[in-house]
Amino acid sequence: MTQLKEKLLSSFIAFEDQKDIDSYVHGIRTKAIKTFEKEGFPTKKLENWKYTSLKKTLNYDYKLFPSETKALEFKDIKKYLIDDVESYKIIFVDGKYSSHLSETTHDGMDICILSSALNQSKYDLLIENYFDKISKKDGITSLNTAFSSEGSFIHIPKNVQVDKPIQVIYFSTGKNESVFYQPRNLIIVGENSQVEIIERHQSLSENSVLVNSVSEIYCNVRSEVKHYKIQNDKTNASLIDNTFVSQERNSDYSLHTFSLGGELTRNNLSIIQNGERIESTINGITIIGSNQHVDHNTLIHHKKPNCNSYQDYKGIFGDNSVGVFNGQVMVEKEAQKTNAFQANNNVLTSDKATINTKPQLEIFADDVKCSHGCTVGQLDQNALFYLRSRGIPEKEATALMMYGFANKVLGSVGITQVKTRINQIIAKKLGVKIGFDI
Amino acid sequence: MSKYTEDDLKKELETKEYEYGFYTDIESDTLPVGLNEEIIIAISKKKEEPEWMTEWRLDAFKKWQEMSEPEWANVKYEKPDLQKISYYSAPSNKPKYNSLDEVDPELLETFKKLGISVDEQKKLAGVAVDVVIDSVSVATSFKDTLKEKGIIFCSMNEAIKEHPELVKKYIGTVIPKTDNYYAALNSAVFSDGSFCYIPKGVKCPMELSTYFRINEAGTGQFERTLVVADKGSYVSYLEGCSAPSRNENQLHAAVVELIALDDAEIKYSTVQNWFPGDSDGNGGVFNFVTKRGLCENNAKISWTQVETGSAVTWKYPSCVLKGKNSVGEFYSIAVTNNFQQADTGTKMIHLGENTKSTIISKGISAGKSQNSYRGLVQISPRAKNSRNFSQCDSLLIGNECGAHTFPYIETKNKSAQIEHEATTSKIGEDQIFYCNQRGIDTEKAIALIVNGFSKEVLNKLPMEFAVEAQKLLEISLEGSVG
Repeated sequence: MTQLKEKLLSSFIAFEDQKDIDSYVHGIRTKAIKTFEKEGFPTKKLENWKYTSLKKTLNYDYKLFPSETKALEFKDIKKYLIDDVESYKIIFVDGKYSSHLSETTHDGMDICILSSALNQSKYDLLIENYFDKISKKDGITSLNTAFSSEGSFIHIPKNVQVDKPIQVIYFSTGKNESVFYQPRNLIIVGENSQVEIIERHQSLSENSVLVNSVSEIYCNVRSEVKHYKIQNDKTNASLIDNTFVSQERNSDYSLHTFSLGGELTRNNLSIIQNGERIESTINGITIIGSNQHVDHNTLIHHKKPNCNSYQDYKGIFGDNSVGVFNGQVMVEKEAQKTNAFQANNNVLTSDKATINTKPQLEIFADDVKCSHGCTVGQLDQNALFYLRSRGIPEKEATALMMYGFANKVLGSVGITQVKTRINQIIAKKLGVKIGFDI
Repeated sequence: MSKYTEDDLKKELETKEYEYGFYTDIESDTLPVGLNEEIIIAISKKKEEPEWMTEWRLDAFKKWQEMSEPEWANVKYEKPDLQKISYYSAPSNKPKYNSLDEVDPELLETFKKLGISVDEQKKLAGVAVDVVIDSVSVATSFKDTLKEKGIIFCSMNEAIKEHPELVKKYIGTVIPKTDNYYAALNSAVFSDGSFCYIPKGVKCPMELSTYFRINEAGTGQFERTLVVADKGSYVSYLEGCSAPSRNENQLHAAVVELIALDDAEIKYSTVQNWFPGDSDGNGGVFNFVTKRGLCENNAKISWTQVETGSAVTWKYPSCVLKGKNSVGEFYSIAVTNNFQQADTGTKMIHLGENTKSTIISKGISAGKSQNSYRGLVQISPRAKNSRNFSQCDSLLIGNECGAHTFPYIETKNKSAQIEHEATTSKIGEDQIFYCNQRGIDTEKAIALIVNGFSKEVLNKLPMEFAVEAQKLLEISLEGSVG
């Protein structure tokens, strides 16, 4: 852990040398590396990291910049895309933008990459107003900020309804080495605009991969953002995904997180409501087995009156897997008439699986309706018996019930193709060949 | 048989007091301020404790020195300077006042509302009273009944001397000396406390209460309670008193250990109403208590608490469900007003098979107070078919207070079934309007609604306690409606 930290600190100097030291971002990066130097990687001593240890993950000999990258063809990546729907694509291979696989635009909106936004003066104002403004200044986020040079840059101006979803996918091919990536996304959605974003991190490597991703999302007045995160990586790939959302009056942000794979997945999600009548919806489905570890750490910060938030996280944990849910709802004094709802339901299917859940409410306003519910249980034996008595084999019956358990979250997915894809992944995970109709 | 006169009773009481050995053999009243090994040895000496107890205290002190004060609780306060406290002062025999007229009228007003008799008022306020005939005679007859059944109920100090084998066997087994900062401190310096042992198969015929043991009054700020229920026994234990007490001690760090052996049941009820500080948030008691119970096979421990006092409360009565089929329960009402802060809850540690636990927590915050529920439900891999139900409801009165919920759930067994739900709401305007319409003024209406809100917990209290607790809720919330 300390070894990796030292390595990161020394390579920062080399990294920053290649950059323009007069730029606005240079100052931010230098400050961030200092924060990281001070804070370091989070340990289990921190309340927010009580149930997740990075010790094992940080023990690999990671390269920060891959020595060689493999050229990927469309056929190599086809199966990781939602390819049956028209979409914009921003594809990165080993931390570098791959123009021949991508489909970007500057026509009335910017769906492109962060490096070009950082280097072109016409974006200076946007960068100065939005870059690194809402991200947390903790160790792990600062590390990303210090090395932030590439990622997606999405800027939707006023009154634009983006015609098709945007897929942002990061591939890693690392042939002979373990790699540690720091992708950075900046998404600015203008007044009254609508956009759908699908995000995915995928390893194609036999070596271990660690991704420490940071996304900043700004939802302006009356905007609508639908965000999907598909996390179905290989079992030697880990992900720390930090998402910061800032919402203005009447905006609507919804996020679905599907955590179905990966060695260690940690989702840090923070939503700040800065205006009135805001809707925030965050849903998640987690289905993991073997030695996998998924940790959802969410914060919804209600600052103004008349806002709503919904959280619904479902988890199924098998084998030796560990699930963590740490959901925090904060209601400030001013935020009267807040409705905040939080649910976390879990099923353990193995005696060695663990679930640690901690739904928290912190409320400083009196005229609010806040509730949370949390359950841990197992599949209903009577229902299982019912299915089996009707000739459905045990495996299929169990799968059907698990599917039913997670279906409420899946039902709220807006893009049919995404829904179908998740269905396929779940069916494959449960080892059944039944098609689930939607 | 000769006639038993009041004079006889008086005489008997004087000797009785002596018999309990509470005020005896104490020469100097107070030890110098500060905390070091010598002070601990001195405390132990004053208590005439055997050597093993002195060693035990010193060991705890050694461990305590290595520990630091916990900061994770959701409370803010200025840490008390532990070197500025005198760790031993003999309970004062001298009355504080000569007549009721000298007592703070505000306190008397509260007494009146609680319906406490004049004699009792005098006693509670520290006024010289000749003989409080009622409670003393109760205490006497009560002692005999207990003796018949073989129940030991005495002060900790007495127990260390007279039943060292029991104390040695059980003390510190549920709450180790090193459990936490304040438990370690208590282990090192505890002044006195209560010890209770219920023999095999005995059902204690009455509610045991420190309140009845009148000479127990003023055990000081570091109490230690140990209740052992042997196989198949039952006891209901009451701690505290609903009457407000103006205690000068700023820090209270008590330790309560309960041990329920096979098939035993312990019901432990607390009403805490220490000085919460004035309405500007000055003064008040810091209440940092460690309470834990251990359940063997088929045993049951039930904690019920009504917390209305103290400036800062930090208290988590817990159950370790070690035996098969054991049951843990936690019912709590925590009321905070003005500048009070409470961080309270429970821990249910499921270790055995088929263990069950229930948590019902009601938090009411008013004024500028902060009220937190913090709980842990832990299911170990061995705890097959264990079951937990938790419910945490918060009620907010006024828009300057806060209610917080921090439940921790850790499950390592697939057959476990856990449900947790929490809600936060305020008293509906329509509810108050409905009451107003029927001629109930707003203050009364709020009391009525709060009582309804906390009914589930109030019902678990022993009868006479419940009535007082209900009144206490009303008083605590007085003036919270603008």
